[in-house]
Amino acid sequence: MENVYTDQNFDSEVLKSSVPVFVDFWAPWCGPCRATSPIIEELAGEIDSAKLKIGKVNCDENSGLVQTYNILSIPAFIVFKDGKEDLRFSGSMGKEDFLAKLAPYLG
Amino acid sequence: MNVRDVIIIGSGPAGWTAAVYAARAELKPVLFEGAEPGGQLMTTTEVENYPGFVDGIQGPDLMAAMRGQAKRFNTEIITEMVTKVDLSKRPFVVSTVKAEYVAKTIIISTGASARRLSLESEKQLYGRGVSACATCDGFFFKGKNVIVVGGGDSAMEEANFLTRFAEKVTIVHRKAEFRASKIMQERTFKNPKINVIWNSAIEEILGVDVGKVTGVKLKNVETGEVSEMPIDGVFAAIGHEPNTSLFKGQLDLDEKGYIKTMAGSSKTNVPGVFAAGDVQDARYRQAITAAGTGCMAALDAEKFLSDEEHA
Repeated sequence: MENVYTDQNFDSEVLKSSVPVFVDFWAPWCGPCRATSPIIEELAGEIDSAKLKIGKVNCDENSGLVQTYNILSIPAFIVFKDGKEDLRFSGSMGKEDFLAKLAPYLG
Repeated sequence: MNVRDVIIIGSGPAGWTAAVYAARAELKPVLFEGAEPGGQLMTTTEVENYPGFVDGIQGPDLMAAMRGQAKRFNTEIITEMVTKVDLSKRPFVVSTVKAEYVAKTIIISTGASARRLSLESEKQLYGRGVSACATCDGFFFKGKNVIVVGGGDSAMEEANFLTRFAEKVTIVHRKAEFRASKIMQERTFKNPKINVIWNSAIEEILGVDVGKVTGVKLKNVETGEVSEMPIDGVFAAIGHEPNTSLFKGQLDLDEKGYIKTMAGSSKTNVPGVFAAGDVQDARYRQAITAAGTGCMAALDAEKFLSDEEHA
């Protein structure tokens, strides 16, 4: 299951997480985000959360995170590791492309 | 070897319509959704000209409905991207990074993608102020100043849409007049938040050094004069290119790269390979024409298979 991250829980759930966290920044009005979300759900079901946690941020409801991470284009994907942004990419893509980008965290 | 009856590549209106028809004909279609699932309609807002929707429908909602309909008839949906096809022998081979699939017929509905400005600085600032989707990203430019490049209907539409958020929208167009429809031009000229810079093109997007768009270098194509303009965002709406790189050298393409189909059918020059939607249509490019040709392709594939079976 995917986690839901917000302005309120981001610090404890993501920045202080002991494992890396893959965060999907999305919004309900964004078509490509909606097209990508089933893939993210599949990934969340398949990837061991002891290696990589997966969750999403609704940009419409969490303006603090949007500002902090200077989100200008969605879907945007950021991996946080040890409280810091470790990898960022954006735009919709296939499942294999996600797995290739996330491979360093899954070994 | 599991030889499929039909593989459909692409998930816009053409692909999903082909899937519905092929599935209902019990051809058990396999559909590859590709890199931009749902296609161009996923980045539009209201679709007002698709028949059957009195009050219009949001592009992504229409695509979700088509996907659901294809799924209901047991289309096998694969979320991977096709990386290679071999149309030189039968059965045809369709490859992803993970697996190979073989099929007796193929329906190509890979559509067209928005053309980019093709600047190095554009690539580096993508997602950092450069956007390919006004409906996705307009929200992030509240109270800011943005540029829309282009002179067609989609440029007018994006510019007007962006005024909901942006303080000021500047359209940069390389000619002295728009080619957009009259109604869209009027809407644009009437909008107090939009101004136009004619006869100009973006030479470079500035801000690579700081990791976000800070401005553009503009060139007046008439006088050659170059100027700089501060800006927060850049949206390009300069037309589309067919997604046919997979098929180069294997199928007949026209001079613009669109797949050539026989008049009045979806047949390509390779028997058993059919094309539908924007990938073979530089002229109409509508959701409904894509859906229509998707239906034709499924019926053509079905006929091809039954002819072969009885040959």
